Amino acid sequence: MRPRASLLAAGLLLPTAAHAADGAVNKLAVAMFLGFVGITLAITFWAARRTRTTHDFYAAGGRITGFQNGLAIAGDFMSAATFLGISALMFEHGFDGLIYAVGGVAGWPLVLFLLAERLKNLGKYTFADAVSLRLQAKPIRSLAATGSLCAVVLYLIGQMVGAGKLVEVLFHLDYDYAVCVIGGLMVFYVSFGGMIATTWVQIIKASLLLAGGSLLAFLVYRHFNYSFDAILRGAVANHPRGIELLEPGHLVRDPVSAISLGTTLLLGTAGLPHILMRFFTVADAPAARRSVLFATGFIGYFYLLIFVLGFGAVALVTHDGGYFDPKTNVMIGGTNMAAIHLAHAIGGDAFLGFMSAVCFATILAVVSGLTLSGASAISHDLYANVFNPHATEQEVVRISKITALVLGVIAVSLGLVFEHQNVAYMVQLAFAIGASVNFPLLFLSMYWRDLTTWGALLGGIMGLTTAVGGIILGPTVWVEVLHHAAPIFPYKYPTLFALAASFSGSLVGSLLDRSPQASAERAAFAAQFVRSQTGLGAEAASVH
Amino acid sequence: MHDLYRLIDADPEFHALQRARSRFSWGLLACVFVAFYSFLSVIAFAPTWFSRPLNAHTMVTTGIAAGVAVILFSVVLTAWYVWRANREFDVRNQVLLARLKQRATTR
Repeated sequence: MRPRASLLAAGLLLPTAAHAADGAVNKLAVAMFLGFVGITLAITFWAARRTRTTHDFYAAGGRITGFQNGLAIAGDFMSAATFLGISALMFEHGFDGLIYAVGGVAGWPLVLFLLAERLKNLGKYTFADAVSLRLQAKPIRSLAATGSLCAVVLYLIGQMVGAGKLVEVLFHLDYDYAVCVIGGLMVFYVSFGGMIATTWVQIIKASLLLAGGSLLAFLVYRHFNYSFDAILRGAVANHPRGIELLEPGHLVRDPVSAISLGTTLLLGTAGLPHILMRFFTVADAPAARRSVLFATGFIGYFYLLIFVLGFGAVALVTHDGGYFDPKTNVMIGGTNMAAIHLAHAIGGDAFLGFMSAVCFATILAVVSGLTLSGASAISHDLYANVFNPHATEQEVVRISKITALVLGVIAVSLGLVFEHQNVAYMVQLAFAIGASVNFPLLFLSMYWRDLTTWGALLGGIMGLTTAVGGIILGPTVWVEVLHHAAPIFPYKYPTLFALAASFSGSLVGSLLDRSPQASAERAAFAAQFVRSQTGLGAEAASVH
Repeated sequence: MHDLYRLIDADPEFHALQRARSRFSWGLLACVFVAFYSFLSVIAFAPTWFSRPLNAHTMVTTGIAAGVAVILFSVVLTAWYVWRANREFDVRNQVLLARLKQRATTR
């Protein structure tokens, strides 16, 4: 998505950064970062003592309130990709970056109207619980776990690389060490503190990010005498493309890309396993519903701030401010650092330190949520329900902890491998898989009586292959990474096609399925429907 | 099927409640879709519409205003859904469950 991202590393290799020209480490940032780590470690120890059952480990015992969960969901969703990524996109592409902000918020009403309450009523720890309720557990859980793991790993890589770069710029720590530190911390939070620790890390981080973002937006506003118009004037005056900054069509050049990107954002949220998992941490469907309301409020507010921050960065992160490498004319740390440079431009070293520490906390919290979600896909969906249905609770939790460690190692290694890689497309791929594999599976199982195991499998496999194939053969990987002359698949965003493949596969596969098993699965829909609507039977499922 | 599930499935109030809830949520969802895909369609098919300033005295374009509007609209619809579900659907659901649970035990 950002061709200049490969130059990111080049910019970072320079020993002096604009705001640390003397080579000194930003002491406030280090202090804040250590403070955050200290507090979260304390929470992890506290949580570890309260984590006794699998229900505690995966769902925080169902004791999280709607407000707390809303904040935690917002924390999960407002990743570094949001704050740093969208400001970076606006910095480069202007108006088109806003599509990400608008789509990110519009996905939430959909989660509420279609999924949240039913999911809570049907499931236990993962969205696969709800899907496999009336379908064949083994194949369906394997499919759901594959979809979850693909999304989780791709998302993890993006966050790891982002965090590594941030730490490198800020603390002058080697990228390799930085990635290892993050990997180590996230494995520790998840394997010792489970969902209780992950939730509280998420809540603290979301509060910090909301406070930090508000302060930054306020300072930008004050700088421009409280006029949004003045910010836009400053941005247009400072941007090489001038007034074109405010015109759509720079990032998405054709109608198919625009609609496909929008659909990825709209439906992707409803298929992200670490977000869906959060609905099982509350007591009942009404609390799940309240969670979404608070989450949408916080996310909507934060994304509106990004309108100010994105254009503010264009106006204030200037060439004479020393934020660009004078030789190559590339922003120091890559355009991903636009929001961080903005913090420096508006509030000096102290505020830079504060915002960097907030971003770092953000990444740490998001990778923890992702790791827990990946660990539950393997331990709960695959191990406890496919390979070893007689496993005890202790065994399942032990497998989770081992999986968290393995995922940590995978994330660190992939983070190292992809250091020089453009990270934005990986996060987008995670959303694409969520939108075209996990979402259709969950949606059809709850809304369409005729969905059968075979239909779900056919649709899931077709959606997954189209999404992954479209990305690999598309312009981003085939041309920019693998250096072929022309893409085999012409569009950057495959979701529209993968979604169509997924739905048509499920439709055809289910309608052609005339087996006795299929009839039993259709007959079981009525009971599942009653449970999804009334919550009857859900209480029994959440008490282990 | 469990007895109580059968009772609920046969109950007219359950189906009335379920229809009301689903009409409401699909209706709101349609609003979100129309708003968001209209926003996207302008970007896709008529991008110049979004580069126009709102009026002669401002830099704020219709595109920026539309983006803010879609975000606010999403939050408002979410709040509306939760408000009505809390006030109406939950209560009806509780009454329904209490009545049918009693019927299932007295039979």
